[in-house]
Amino acid sequence: MADSATKQAFVEFERVQKSYDGETLVVKDLNLSLPQGEFLTMLGPSGSGKTTCLMMLAGFETATHGDIRLDGVSINNIPPHKRGIGMVFQNYALFPHMTVAENLSFPLEVRKMGKSEREEKIMRALGMVQMQDFAGRRPTQLSGGQQQRIALARALVFEPELVLMDEPLGALDKQLRETLQFEITRLAHDLGITTVYVTHDQTEALTMSDRVAVFDDGRIQQLAPPDKLYEEPQNSFVAQFIGENNTLDGVVKEINNGVALVQLDGGDIIDAKPINVSKPGERTRVSIRPERVEMNKDRLNPDAHTLKAEVLEFVYMGDIFRTRLRVAGVDDFIIKTRNAPDQARLKPGEQIEIGWMAEDCRALDA
Amino acid sequence: MADTAANGPVLAADGSPLKRSLGRALRRQKLRALALVAPLLIFVLITFIFPIASMLFRSVQNDIVSNTLPYTVQALANWDASTGDLPPEQVFEAMYFDMFLAAEAKRHTRLGTRLNYEQTGVSSLFRQSGRKLDDLGKDIEKPMNRLNAAWKDGETWYSIFDAGTDSADTQLLQVQRNRVAALTDGPASGDVNFAPSAAMAQALPTATRAYTAWAVYTATQDGKDPATTDPWEALPVALVHDLKTADLSGLNGPAVDLLTELQAANIEMPTFAGFFADMDEDWATATPWQTIQTHSGIYTSGYFLNAVDAQKTPEGIAWQPEDKQILLTLFVRTLIMSLAITGSCILLGYPIAWLLANLPMRQANVLLILVLLPFWTSLLVRTSAWKVMLQQQGVINDVLVWIGLVDDAERLIMINNQFGTIVAMTHILLPFMILPMYSVMQTIPPSYLRAAKSLGATNWTAFWRVYFPQSVPGIGAGSILVFILAIGYYITPEIVGGTKGVFISNRIAYHISSSLNWGLAAALGSILLAAVLILYWAYDRIVGIDNVKLG
Repeated sequence: MADSATKQAFVEFERVQKSYDGETLVVKDLNLSLPQGEFLTMLGPSGSGKTTCLMMLAGFETATHGDIRLDGVSINNIPPHKRGIGMVFQNYALFPHMTVAENLSFPLEVRKMGKSEREEKIMRALGMVQMQDFAGRRPTQLSGGQQQRIALARALVFEPELVLMDEPLGALDKQLRETLQFEITRLAHDLGITTVYVTHDQTEALTMSDRVAVFDDGRIQQLAPPDKLYEEPQNSFVAQFIGENNTLDGVVKEINNGVALVQLDGGDIIDAKPINVSKPGERTRVSIRPERVEMNKDRLNPDAHTLKAEVLEFVYMGDIFRTRLRVAGVDDFIIKTRNAPDQARLKPGEQIEIGWMAEDCRALDA
Repeated sequence: MADTAANGPVLAADGSPLKRSLGRALRRQKLRALALVAPLLIFVLITFIFPIASMLFRSVQNDIVSNTLPYTVQALANWDASTGDLPPEQVFEAMYFDMFLAAEAKRHTRLGTRLNYEQTGVSSLFRQSGRKLDDLGKDIEKPMNRLNAAWKDGETWYSIFDAGTDSADTQLLQVQRNRVAALTDGPASGDVNFAPSAAMAQALPTATRAYTAWAVYTATQDGKDPATTDPWEALPVALVHDLKTADLSGLNGPAVDLLTELQAANIEMPTFAGFFADMDEDWATATPWQTIQTHSGIYTSGYFLNAVDAQKTPEGIAWQPEDKQILLTLFVRTLIMSLAITGSCILLGYPIAWLLANLPMRQANVLLILVLLPFWTSLLVRTSAWKVMLQQQGVINDVLVWIGLVDDAERLIMINNQFGTIVAMTHILLPFMILPMYSVMQTIPPSYLRAAKSLGATNWTAFWRVYFPQSVPGIGAGSILVFILAIGYYITPEIVGGTKGVFISNRIAYHISSSLNWGLAAALGSILLAAVLILYWAYDRIVGIDNVKLG
């Protein structure tokens, strides 16, 4: 990745639009480029257009407008089988009438590869997913996780430079999902392949990706590495969609030195970092992560604004405590505190005071 | 607890063997399941299995010969038919009395019809001879009555043969009861007001037997009292025949004088063989006797042999004469045409089923209704429509002539031949192919094709290597359905098939309703059923019935 040539865009969407019925756009003006070797996740609620983008890249849907380029070449008119893109499907799509080895052999056979070369590649691909012993089995004789491994091996066996994955872990249980998440990332990085991964599971997106594209309403709402996405959401949709989040509505009073004073609808004043607001008088929705809310006044700036809060519920979750508060007329304000020896366990009805660092509270679009 | 398994059978909590406890627990469930299916089971048994079984049984049933001609069959048993000589006189004698009783019961023509299936001409021989049997009796009655007017009187005969207070031959009576019952397909029980005298049965066996048979028939079938009824013409024949050799010395009673007088008169009568030859010269050849002997068994393979163009002869099994060999050809034709229909249904139905499975729901539903539309139209209407379409002055020919593709003088012959049958039946059976294919294709997710293409397969390779193998169970199910329906199809080939395009089922229908040769029809049906079962079995071995899916 240090090499400047590989930094150049490998997959590129330019002003891509897609409509199925000629009336509404499923994908609106999509621009995206990813360099070789990157693991990019398309994250979004269902109906946000992420799968459509993947299908357009694979060639199963054609873009209504715009250009999709692979390694600098426009692929709009190249049929799927000539694109050389590996793909892993949500339901695995392993051919049930073929054994595991035959499934893996299929892409090699259609490429007219010799028998010995095929066998070598199949065994190597099965080795990558630790499934060498299952070559003679039928897909129906395998568990879900094993099937997914085979589907992965099949998408990799013909050594594509780009692999697409359409919610590949959706049907698996949590523990298996976590193991496979790790395996997929490791494989992708080891082989240096470019991966486009579609999911609606934000944990998956955050743990696996180099960058995440958050989709909503046919647009990319934010394209950023996982940490930036979590800590610096660009708009309230991203802030809501990624992780747990508290929101408060209000109006900007003034902006000074990168700190905005926001008057909440209840009348209280708070500090926030202006993101999508530029001048006083604009309505805004401020967003703050539950773990960034501070109850200990000593740790805040002396001139920081604080809010009065009433404890409504206290939930013990082992490693953390989750407390629900009533703040500025909102009943679902959550704070999370580490289970540390000196951490107080709050009781319902208790009155406390909370505050935060201005840079942790983001004033976003209303 | 668990270690009991090692020492013996596992026990339930109450100490009884676990297996028995389980059986008891399951029995209730089984009984309930049985009760649920019982109405249908009984319905099917009564309306389907039992009639078919009894119908198919007719293909081997042959007791009509031994029921109608019991004594002839007995007498023929020792005759060597292969020499070509005529059978001995006893056979003719037995035949005369068997035939006389059968003619009175009007059963001889039925037997004639049965034997006519095996030997042409037997039917008319039986029918004509049945009318002439009386002649012999009349020739003998006249001199008897002249000798003594008492012979005209039924009571005289009764007094001679009835046991009265003497010992009676009850066994003979029972045998004759059974004989009449078998002949008339009905019971011959009840009071006959007659018991054959044992002494007479000894001295005059033929006459006593004939009289007993007559008495049983008269009493049970005609409802008359044998004591006051005049006997048939066969009885004088039997009596005079017996008296030629009878020894009357052991007899006593009033009848002895009459009999002695008659014996002394020594009325002239021809041999039975001579009389039969006189009735019809065919009786003087070995042929009808060979036919009767060959087919005298209670069960016969004759119908089955006929069904495959063979027949039973005294020398063994032989092919029918070439001009009568049609059934094997018809079987082969039925098989080949059914395969052709199945094949064309696959070719025409597969694309439609694919389209149905891949179109959006709304359009698929409309198309499905179009596929099902033929089911809402009468089969007869659809077939007749094909007649309108395909005939030489029909729509298709008219159009072809109109656009100049076909000369008016050379209109295509598309009906009353195999082409017409295949076209019409393909149309009619197509839905049975499409529906199972559709329901199987519906279960194949489109992602398989996508996966194949993403792996580098062209559209054709993806279809042929990935989609098609998975749709084979649907083809299999459709093929079985269409083939089995086609092989037994009747109406369509009957209407559009002419002579060249008919199926074996049309022949079966002909034998059921026109020629009334139910035995042959049953044999043909059994062979058809067996053929279907064998093909089904072969299909199971080759394709595997587990691979057949109806949805």
